[in-house]
Amino acid sequence: MTCDQARVLLDAFVDNELGVSDSVNVEAHLKSCAGCLRVVENHQALRQAMQDESFYFQPRPAARLIPVMKGSGRVFAAVAIAASLLIAGFLAGRWQPRDNTAEQAILDSHLRALMSGHLADVESTDQHTVKPWFAGKLDFSPPVNDFAQQGFPLAGGRVDSIQGRQVAALMYRRNRHVINVYVWPAAAGGTSRTDKSSNRGYNIIHWSGSGFEWWVISDLNSGELEQFSALLR
Amino acid sequence: MQETNKRALFESLVVPHLAASYNLARWLTGSDHDAEDVVQEAYLRAYRFFEGFHGADGRSWILAIVRNACYTFVRQNRRKLVAIDDEVAELRDGRPTPEALRLADVDRMLLREAIQALPEEFREAIILRELEGLSYKEIGAITGVPIGTVMSRLARARERLERALAGRVSRGGAA
Repeated sequence: MTCDQARVLLDAFVDNELGVSDSVNVEAHLKSCAGCLRVVENHQALRQAMQDESFYFQPRPAARLIPVMKGSGRVFAAVAIAASLLIAGFLAGRWQPRDNTAEQAILDSHLRALMSGHLADVESTDQHTVKPWFAGKLDFSPPVNDFAQQGFPLAGGRVDSIQGRQVAALMYRRNRHVINVYVWPAAAGGTSRTDKSSNRGYNIIHWSGSGFEWWVISDLNSGELEQFSALLR
Repeated sequence: MQETNKRALFESLVVPHLAASYNLARWLTGSDHDAEDVVQEAYLRAYRFFEGFHGADGRSWILAIVRNACYTFVRQNRRKLVAIDDEVAELRDGRPTPEALRLADVDRMLLREAIQALPEEFREAIILRELEGLSYKEIGAITGVPIGTVMSRLARARERLERALAGRVSRGGAA
């Protein structure tokens, strides 16, 4: 095999893409040709350099995507995609949640908000800014209180849609956790019982009271989330 | 396809390649933010058209979609992501034998910049080959070119990168 013949095969050789006979011929040539051998060694050095983990971009622990990154990128992937699927279905307009309940709608909304980074249309820790902001955007005035003193500062609000109804979504924070509170007027004869559940790693608390339906959702632990819910009642 | 089945299949065939998707999108768009948007968009699209996927190779399928989403995005946004490739005169024939690269001396920052500066068809080839370990056949399927083209793109990409690393970026031909 001449040098010219070998040269055109060196990349395929390095990539294990040659058939047996070409491969044997190239190997034989490399024994006698320092120039071609150097090309192969350079390709291998390049390959090895690119194995450095800094060349493989990991999704950043992205608040934009979802802030429940726990350790590895794999966990992120699983979580992000769970959210991505929800969005996919949402946009395609034919997503059938496993059970078409308010709880699922709340979870979907929460994930959408976290993922898009669109948590608040009005960002403020001041209840006297947030509450008036809803005027004219909703057919009711949601109760808005700041609980910064108790460690649950108000962060903002937005209008969202749950099962076709325009609702108020209030955002609170607990350390680095985001808590979404969904509020809308209770239908007559609603239950006053409190439901607690956990879905995909999110704790959800629901009750009716003071004429409103309340849904509280967060990745915060259930104990603290109940503590927070008690403040709302 | 029933919705729950579709989702389960999608989760087992496509979702595991999210990291690979992100990495490819990050290299092709050059930005975290854009890569996130593009991957998001690509997965939406993939899920929507998942009925049309009948193969077993979810990775090639989703990477092709991610790749196309990247280029659509890049074209729409008129980002100048791609280095001007006017040095076609880097002929493979008759070029001097390159200097030996010593791994220990490889400047990783320089290498990253050199990869980012590759024309996109070279860049995607080297990323899919060296970072994902894909075969020529798979790379050809994803990028829509024959295997021979994959090989020559890889060769060109490596040549440029190695020259850059050896401090001999060929502009002006100074060795």
